[in-house]
Amino acid sequence: MGSKSFKVAGKVYTSVADSMPSFIANSNGAEGNTGQSSRVSNVGPHEQSIGFRGGAYNSTSLINQTMHPDLQFSSYEKFDVDPSNPFMASGSNDKQKDKFPEQKTQRRLAQNREAARKSRLRKKAYVQQLENSRLKLTQLEQEVQRARKQGVVISNTGDQSQPNSGNGSLAFVAEYSRWLEEQSKHTSELRAAVTSHKSDSELRSLVENATTHFNDIFRLKKIAAKADVFHIIYGMWTSPAERCFLWIGGFRSSELLKLLVSHLEPLTEQQLASIDHLQQTSLQAEEALSQGMDALQQSLADTLARDAPVVPPGSSGMANYMGQMAMAMGKLGSLENFLRQADHLREKTLQQLHTILTTRQSARALLAINDYFSRLRALSTLWLARPQE
Amino acid sequence: MDRVKDLASKSAAVIFTKSTCCMCHSIKALFYDLGASPAVYEVDHDADMEWALRRLGRNPAFPAVFVGGKYVGSAKDVISLHVDGTLKQKLIEAKAIWF
Repeated sequence: MGSKSFKVAGKVYTSVADSMPSFIANSNGAEGNTGQSSRVSNVGPHEQSIGFRGGAYNSTSLINQTMHPDLQFSSYEKFDVDPSNPFMASGSNDKQKDKFPEQKTQRRLAQNREAARKSRLRKKAYVQQLENSRLKLTQLEQEVQRARKQGVVISNTGDQSQPNSGNGSLAFVAEYSRWLEEQSKHTSELRAAVTSHKSDSELRSLVENATTHFNDIFRLKKIAAKADVFHIIYGMWTSPAERCFLWIGGFRSSELLKLLVSHLEPLTEQQLASIDHLQQTSLQAEEALSQGMDALQQSLADTLARDAPVVPPGSSGMANYMGQMAMAMGKLGSLENFLRQADHLREKTLQQLHTILTTRQSARALLAINDYFSRLRALSTLWLARPQE
Repeated sequence: MDRVKDLASKSAAVIFTKSTCCMCHSIKALFYDLGASPAVYEVDHDADMEWALRRLGRNPAFPAVFVGGKYVGSAKDVISLHVDGTLKQKLIEAKAIWF
């Protein structure tokens, strides 16, 4: 068993159970060094181990006087006896015990109390730390859940107990990567065809395929938005640099047209005028949709701010609250329609552009669009990998 | 439906809306931006008209847009026609705008 040390009269004694003289060890046998808490009720055997035999001095009463009944001792507080201290030895010097032992015992008991107190404080601190860690863990778990719902991919590290992490968002992230891969294949084909000056008819079918594939993304977004409109409309699926230019879940056709003009030269006067007109048209529609979104935001805020801050008690208050929530839910639902119309505008604008351009110009337009977005994605990658202080 | 047709033929550009519909707000804004002054009718409190308009088959049914008395469609149709120039053409023909 362990060794315990205690201070008596300025000297530190270490009692080592095993080396105790037999007469003490015997009397200690019952509970010495078992590490149990000793209470006042266990005083009986201690009486013997301390060696106060009879006489005027009764260790029980001493213990009762000096210690609170519900003090819990650590294993320190055994009345172990150090054989090297004659005053502690059993059966000796009754008279001397009357004066010195009282002091020494008192001191020892005080030290025991102190040690017990410190032990309790340490335990309390430890438990508090555990509680804090538990709370932190719960918070972190919640954050991960929330992030997953938004489509951020966080690896599970072997945890299989996540049934619906991310819903459709994760599925869309996968679909989008696949779309990007396909997109780059179409782009390479198109680029090869343009540089090798293939015939218009060959180019046309490539352009048609590439356009069809490009439009696929709008279909995928529409499906994903049913599961999680916020993920799509706020561009969580796009790269950070793309998100810079985000407008209702994607790019602004008017901006794209502006960029393309320089890549499509030479253009006829007619073409230039048509593209310019198309750009204005698209901008008009974009602004109309933006105004609708603003109205939605305002309406949502108004709905939720109504009857704030206190919901009156009783059933009518609750009915109001539920009504408010129902209306707000309806508003959020219309976000899906805004996304759909924004994507419809993008698709239609590009479709209209192709009617203005020749086949070769269309091919170059598709390449230019793809290059532009590739650069944005590359920029995002660089940005995310940048060294941070 | 008769009431709908009646109202639709009264003005060159007519939009039937619902107060809770924010897309209606967008389409109204587009028409104003084009210079057309559409007649706007909110059908929140007219169940018959609402039902008649829903039967026209678009989803969502609102906004329900008529130009020159003829049903154009909902937001999606308006955007399609706007982009390819047809909407402006129809508005000119219906004398909702002049250029």
